[in-house]
Order: sequence, then C-alpha cells, then structure tokens
Amino acid sequence: MRQDTKMTVSIRALEHAYGELRTLDSLDLEVAPHSVIGLVGPSGCGKSTLLELICGLLEPSAGTLDVEGGRTAAERLGRCAYMPQRDLLLPWYSALDNATLGLRNRGLAKAAARAQAGELFGRFGLAGFERTPPAELSGGMRQRVAFLRTLVSGKPLLALDEPFASLDAITRAEMQEWLAGALRTDPRTVVLVTHDVEEALYLSDRVAVLSARPARIVAELQAPAPRAADRDAAVTDPAFVAVREAAMRALREGSR
Amino acid sequence: MKRWLLPALLVALLVGAWQIGSSTGAIADALSLEPFLIPSPAEIASSLWENRSLLAENAWVTLREMLLGLGCALIAGLGLAALMHRSETIRYATYPLIVASQAIPIVVIAPILVVWFGYGILPKVAIVALICFFPITVNALAGLRSTDPSAIKMMRSLDASGWQIFRRVETPNALPNAFTGAKIAAVLAPIGAVFGEWVGSSAGLGHLILQDSAKLEVAREFATVVVLSAIALALIGLVALAERRVVTWR
Repeated sequence: MRQDTKMTVSIRALEHAYGELRTLDSLDLEVAPHSVIGLVGPSGCGKSTLLELICGLLEPSAGTLDVEGGRTAAERLGRCAYMPQRDLLLPWYSALDNATLGLRNRGLAKAAARAQAGELFGRFGLAGFERTPPAELSGGMRQRVAFLRTLVSGKPLLALDEPFASLDAITRAEMQEWLAGALRTDPRTVVLVTHDVEEALYLSDRVAVLSARPARIVAELQAPAPRAADRDAAVTDPAFVAVREAAMRALREGSR
Repeated sequence: MKRWLLPALLVALLVGAWQIGSSTGAIADALSLEPFLIPSPAEIASSLWENRSLLAENAWVTLREMLLGLGCALIAGLGLAALMHRSETIRYATYPLIVASQAIPIVVIAPILVVWFGYGILPKVAIVALICFFPITVNALAGLRSTDPSAIKMMRSLDASGWQIFRRVETPNALPNAFTGAKIAAVLAPIGAVFGEWVGSSAGLGHLILQDSAKLEVAREFATVVVLSAIALALIGLVALAERRVVTWR
C-alpha cells in the first residue's frame, strides 16, 4: 500500500477503558478508500468497542482517530454508518420505512426518501416487500434491509458489527456471497467486525487479528481473493486455506 | 366460540340460580333477611327499565367525571413520563415523590378536595386524575426506558437528533406499556368517580347508590351497579380497542 494514499480511516496509539477495564491497548490501524478491512478476535476482546470508537459512538481514553478528516466524535458520527449485530429493524415501520430512516433523520420528506430507498429494493432482492413489516421477513431479508438502511445513509464508511452472526450457516454463506456482489458493483470503505475468520477473509481485502483484552493487533493478513464471485471455490482454494490457518494460529496465540 | 360461549353460559347459570333463589325466598332465608332486600334479576331488570332516564342522567354525570379525570391523568402522566425520561435530574427529583404520593390514601385527601373545590365536578375529576396518574406515569416511563440501547446507537449513527430518537424509536417502543397503564387507569377511574361522589355530591351514580341505600331501594341500587359496570367495561374495551389499532406490530 502506497504511503501517499489518503486513508479513509487512520488510527494512532488508540487506547480505551471502561473504568478500570482496559479494552484497547495502543492500537494502530489504517483503512484505504474503497477497501474492506476485517477485524477478528476472541469473544469480548473489544472488537465492537473499536467499531463504536471509529463510529463516534464512544470517545477514546488516548490516541487519535481520523475518519475522512473527522476527528471529534460528532464528526466521526457524521461520516460513519453503523450496522449493529442484530438487524434492529423497528417493528412499527415497514421494510421500506426502516430503510429510509437515515434519509428521514436528515430531513428528507417521506415520499422522496421512499423513492430513493425504494430504487435499491429490487437490486437487493427485496422487490415486492416494501410494505412488509419486519416480523414477516426471513432472517436473510431482514439483514438485507438493515444493510440497505446503512448503505442508503450515504456515509463514506460502513461499520458492520457481526452482520451475519444471527443467521443459520446456509443463509450466512448466501448473505456473504450477496454482500460480496453488492460491494463489487458498489465499492465502499467497510470495517467489518466478525468472529468468523473465513467470513473475514472472504469479504475483506485485509484482516487484522486482535488479541484478548486489552486488544492489540497481533497479525495483519492479506486476503488471497477478496469477494470472489465463486465463494465455494475461493474458500477451498489452498492459498485461502493457508491464510485461514495462519489467521487461526494468530487468533489462538492472541487469546492466551 | 369457546371464549365467548363458556363465560356467557356461566353468567346465565349464575343469574338463573339467583332468579330462583331470590323469587323462592331461599337466599333471604339463608341470610335471615327480609325478602324485599334480595331483588331478583327480573326485578333489577324492570327497575333498570323504569328508571332509565334517571340512570342515564346520573350515568352521564359520572361518565363525564371519569373521562375528564382520565384525560387529565393521561396528559399529565405521559408528559411527566417523557420529562422524567429526558432528564435524569427531573427523574431523580420526582420519582420518590410520585411513589410516596401513592402511599397517602385517597380516602383522606378526598374530603380536603371537597372543602377546597366544593360539591361540583372539580373534586371528582381531581380524585379520578390522582389515582389514574400513577399507573400511567410509571408504565409509560418503564416503556420509554426499556428501549434497546443498540437501537439508539443505530439511530445516532443515522444522524438522528434526540427528538427524532424519541419520536421514531422510544415513543413507539413505550406504547404497549403506556396502554397497559391506561388499562389499569380505566379500571380505577370508575372507583375514583364513585368515591368522589360519596364524599360529597348532588348527582351521579355514586350519589344515587348512596341515596337508594338509605331508602332501602335495593333493586335500583343493583340497577345502578349494572350501569356502572357496563360503563367500566366499555371504558376498558375502548382502551383495548385503541391498543389493537395503534400497536399493530405485536
């Protein structure tokens, strides 16, 4: 990676603690524009905390965070779209109205917001489900609406916190393929937190392995075939398997 | 079918037994009472019909007290719940007071309200509002505070202002709880109105019962109870109906 590239995210000597509990320990990280970085680590290591720090939902104890030139929490908040672990679709709104939340919050009229988000429904395999309440959608569809809601907000950085953790194995693989496809046609800068090494290596350009709390980066790995069209072939490729094993080793050593 | 038929059958059975027991004088004998003190359902029904305009007049008085009191309690209760939710200072300052206010029996406050506001509608509305206010406030506040913190983070990340989070997430989230509070209040409102009338009044169903009791007009007393129960049930039904129309996602 060239040094002169303007990074979308740059993090320097970041530290964070909840009272006495230190969660992050002098962490450095950079994310290039239109690239996907995967963050993997043991449960409870502070991955989600790091994501909330990047998104401006939390303030660090020390160090600097820069997202597209925004350094304060409020500036970072305006530049990141955060997609939480569960889809958190609001049950009192239809699928379409959930997708328009970000636009509506920014003051766009209901009709205009619906038109703008509605255009994407077909591309996301959700055509015909605009008026459906979230409770009547399948898990995969709910996740796609949640992703659509994140995407439509038009923020430069997408922060995804274990987006597919609540799905069954088959749906999860389908959703990974689907997200890879969506990012191939519409490249975005993404920070992806997951505990699934395979998911991280398939969807990301680069994967950072975090240690147990207080988290620091113990390894950074280049993914061999980011977002390949044929997922099954990509994840069984010997090069992919080798990197996956290296990541698993780093994860195990970091957990100690 | 079963849900309607079974309770209807039970009511029919009880009313039938009462009819037989009272017309043969069996209940009066068992309780060692004069038979005219135990009116039969048929006598109550005919009293209901004969006194229909008197009952309607007084029912309207009591209903107005209940609705006005309930309305005041809803406005004050929901407003205060929203304030207590937005401001920790207000919540800490007022919560113990609100709970403590419920420890004071309404029985001792009611005569004071009559001294202050006289025999008109005002003390009754105040009593209804006072007892309905608590369940509405406490339940609405619990609903507002039960909002998923992750949903608020998601909304903040989608550029929501505090007001937008309140309107689009916290308020809808609190609605089921708020309706629970309103249903409890609807149960309490008739009790408050009748009690307010007992302390001092010149009209209303509670006033009528008190007068008939002194005159041993037992059949009309029962007829008044029937009317009061019907109003109370209608009120609860109305709140439940509103809940079904508003909270469509449950």
